[in-house]
Amino acid sequence: MSVSLKRMLGTAIVAGSLAIGAAARAETTLQFYFPVAVGGPITKIIDGMVADFEKANPTIKVKPIYAGSYQDTITKVLTAIKGGDVPQLSVILSTDMYTLIDEDAIVPIDSLLKTDDDKKWLAGFYPGFMENSQTGGKTWGVPFQRSTIVMYWNKDAFKEAGLDPEKPPQTWDELVAYGQKLTKRDDKGNVTQWAIQIPSSGFPYWLFQALTTQNDVRLMNEAGTKTNYDDPKVVEALQFWVDLSRKHKIHPPGITDWGTTPKDFFERKVAIMWTTTGNLTNVRANAKFPFGVAMMPGNKRRGSPTGGGNFYVFKKSTPEQQAASLVFMKWMTSPEQAAKWGIATGYVAVSAAAWETPVMQAYVKEFPPAAVARDQLQYAVAELSTHDNQRVTKALNDGLQAALTGSKTPAAAMKDAQAEADRILKTYR
Amino acid sequence: MTGAVAVAEGPRPAPSSSGRASARARSGAAHIYGWLLLLPAAVLLGAFTHFPAVATFIESFYSTPKGARPSRFVGLDNYSAMLEDPIFWKSLENNAIYAAGTIPASIALALLMALWVNGKIRGRGLLRLAYFTPTVLPMIAVANIWLFFYTPDYGLVDQIAKLFGAGAHNWLGSRATALVCLMIVTIWKEAGFFMIFYLAALQQISPVLAEAAAIEGSGRWYFFRRITFPLLMPTTLFVLVNAIINAFRMVDHVVVMTRGGPDNATELLLFYIYEVAFRFWDTAYGATLTIVLLLILAGLALGQFLYFDRRVHYR
Repeated sequence: MSVSLKRMLGTAIVAGSLAIGAAARAETTLQFYFPVAVGGPITKIIDGMVADFEKANPTIKVKPIYAGSYQDTITKVLTAIKGGDVPQLSVILSTDMYTLIDEDAIVPIDSLLKTDDDKKWLAGFYPGFMENSQTGGKTWGVPFQRSTIVMYWNKDAFKEAGLDPEKPPQTWDELVAYGQKLTKRDDKGNVTQWAIQIPSSGFPYWLFQALTTQNDVRLMNEAGTKTNYDDPKVVEALQFWVDLSRKHKIHPPGITDWGTTPKDFFERKVAIMWTTTGNLTNVRANAKFPFGVAMMPGNKRRGSPTGGGNFYVFKKSTPEQQAASLVFMKWMTSPEQAAKWGIATGYVAVSAAAWETPVMQAYVKEFPPAAVARDQLQYAVAELSTHDNQRVTKALNDGLQAALTGSKTPAAAMKDAQAEADRILKTYR
Repeated sequence: MTGAVAVAEGPRPAPSSSGRASARARSGAAHIYGWLLLLPAAVLLGAFTHFPAVATFIESFYSTPKGARPSRFVGLDNYSAMLEDPIFWKSLENNAIYAAGTIPASIALALLMALWVNGKIRGRGLLRLAYFTPTVLPMIAVANIWLFFYTPDYGLVDQIAKLFGAGAHNWLGSRATALVCLMIVTIWKEAGFFMIFYLAALQQISPVLAEAAAIEGSGRWYFFRRITFPLLMPTTLFVLVNAIINAFRMVDHVVVMTRGGPDNATELLLFYIYEVAFRFWDTAYGATLTIVLLLILAGLALGQFLYFDRRVHYR
C-alpha cells in the first residue's frame, strides 16, 4: 500500500467517524422493548405516546418494539444481551430486578440523575411502587405500568342473590357467606354460576400473595435471599383458597385460567373475580351489566401485592443514550402522560401528581372505580421477588397448583416449596 | 462420489494416453471437486448441527456464568443435580406417556384415513383436504383454538357434554386430564400429516394385486393384513421415526395451553429444557438436559433402524 493511499484512507476514516459523531449529537436513537399483559389496544397507545414524545424532543428518536408477554420480553432482552444487540431500555416486570442485577445487565437509575429536578422526579413515585424497584440502597427501576389486584363484582348477580349490590364483601367470612348465596346450581346440581374466581394458571403466586398479605404474613425478606413459604400463616392462607372450592364449593375446582377469567366474568359464569386493575378499561368496555370495583376483602388486615412493569436502562448503551433514556422515562412518567396512560389502560398512575391533573380528576369523578387501586396502595406490599426469581417463584407456583388440584395438602405443598426455594437460594446467602 | 467424478471428467478427452502419475493427479482433483460440491451442505450441517451438539456437550460440564461469577469446570455436578431433580423425572415420565399415547394412535388413525380417502368415494378431494387441514395450520393457532374447546363451561367440549347432561369440567386445570387433552391435540394434528405419506404409498401399490386377490377370493381384511400392510412397511417405518421425533420435539401447544402446569402435569422434556435455559437462565443445566434428550433420540433412532430394517420389506 502506498503512503498516499494510506493517508487517503486515514482521512476518509476520520471524516467518516466525525460524520457519525455529528449525527449522534444531533439525534440519539433508542430501542425500547415493551410487553403487553392486559387487554386493549396497548401497542397503539404506546406508539401514540412515543410519537408525541418525539414531537416534543426532536433530537431523540425512539423505536418502540412490542416484545410479547412479560416472560417473552425478559427472554428477548437477556438473549439480546448475550448476543450483543441490546435495546437501551425496556419495560420488564418489577420482580425481575434481582435477575437483571445478577446478570449485570442494568445501570442504577440514581447514576443517571444530574439535576435537582431529576432527583425530585424520582422521589415523586408512590413508595409502594418503589419497594420492588430498590435494593441495596439503589434504585434500579422506574415504575411505569404498575398495578394491584382488585375485586370486580357483578351487581346484577348480587341483586339476584338478594344481596346489596353496592356492598361488596369486606372480610373473608363475608366472602364465604356471600359466596354461598351467589353460587347457583341447576336441577341436577351442576353449577351454572360460581361466586368467586381467583385465577391460578401462569402466576398463581401473585394472587396468592394477596391472600397471604391479608393473613398478615410476608413471603420473602427484603434482601431477596429467603422465603417463608412454610410459615403457618401462609399455609392457613392456602387452606382458605383450597377451601373455597373444596369445602365451601363456591369457587371452580382445579386450576382456573388467568386469561379467560375476565371472559368468565363477562359470560356471568362467576359473580366476583380477582384480577389486575390493569384490566379495568377492558372490563368497562366488555361487561354488559353494572359492575363494581373494590379492594379485596381482608382477614387479619387488608392487602395486595403490587405488580406490573418498570423501566430499566441497560448497561450496554452509550452515555448519550443513557441520558436520552432518562429524558424519555421522565416524559413517559410525567403527571400528564401517567394520567393518560392510566386512563387508557387501568394501570395505576404512578405518582400523586398524576392524580392531581385535571384530566385525571375529571376521570375519577366520572368513573370512581378508577381510584380503588390507588386507595388500596396504602395496604400494598412488594410483589414476591428474590434472586433467581423465576425458579423460586416456580417452586411456589408448583406447590400452589398441587394443593389446588388436591394432590398435596396445603401444609405438605408449602413444605416442599420451601425446601426447593432454600436449595436454590442457598448460594445467595 | 462416483457421480462427482463422472461430472468432473466428462468434458475432458479420454485418459487412455496419459501416464499413471497424471491419472493420480486427476483423481486427486476429482476428490477435491467432490469435496467442494459437498462443502456447502457440510458447512451448514457442521455449523448448525454438529458444532452446537459438541458445544452443548462441553458446556454441560461447566457451571452457568452469572454476572460477576464466570463459568468454571464442575465435572459431573450438573448430571448428579439432574438425577436429583424431581421435575426432570416427572418430565421424562410425562414424555414417555405422551409418546406412548400419541404415536400408535396417530399412526393408526392416519392409516385408517388414508385407506378411506384412497377408495373411490364421492367428494374424495374435499375429504383429503379436510384431513390434511390440521397439518397446514400453525401449531400456535391450533393450540389457541383448542384452548377454547377445553374452556370450562362455555367451551365446545363442555357445551357438547352438556347436551348429554354432564356438568362443566376443568379439562386443562386438572392434573388427571391435562396431559390427555394435549395428547388429543397432537393426534389430531399429526394424523393428517402421516395420512399423506400412507396415501402416496397406497397409490404406488399396483391394482393388479387387488384384482388377483379378488379372483382368488380373499376377503378385504385378509388382503389388508397379507398384502397392503406389508407393502406399506417402509412408509410405516418412516412415519414411526417421524412420530417419535415429534413426540419429543413438539411443545408449542404446551406453551400456549398449560405452560407445563398444573403442578408439572404437562411438563415435557423439551419444554423443561426451554424453561431451564431461557426462563431460569441456567444454561449449563439446560445443556445437560439437552444432552439427555439427544441421547434418547439417538438411541431410539438407532434402535428403530437396526430392529425394523430387517423386518421391513423394500421393493
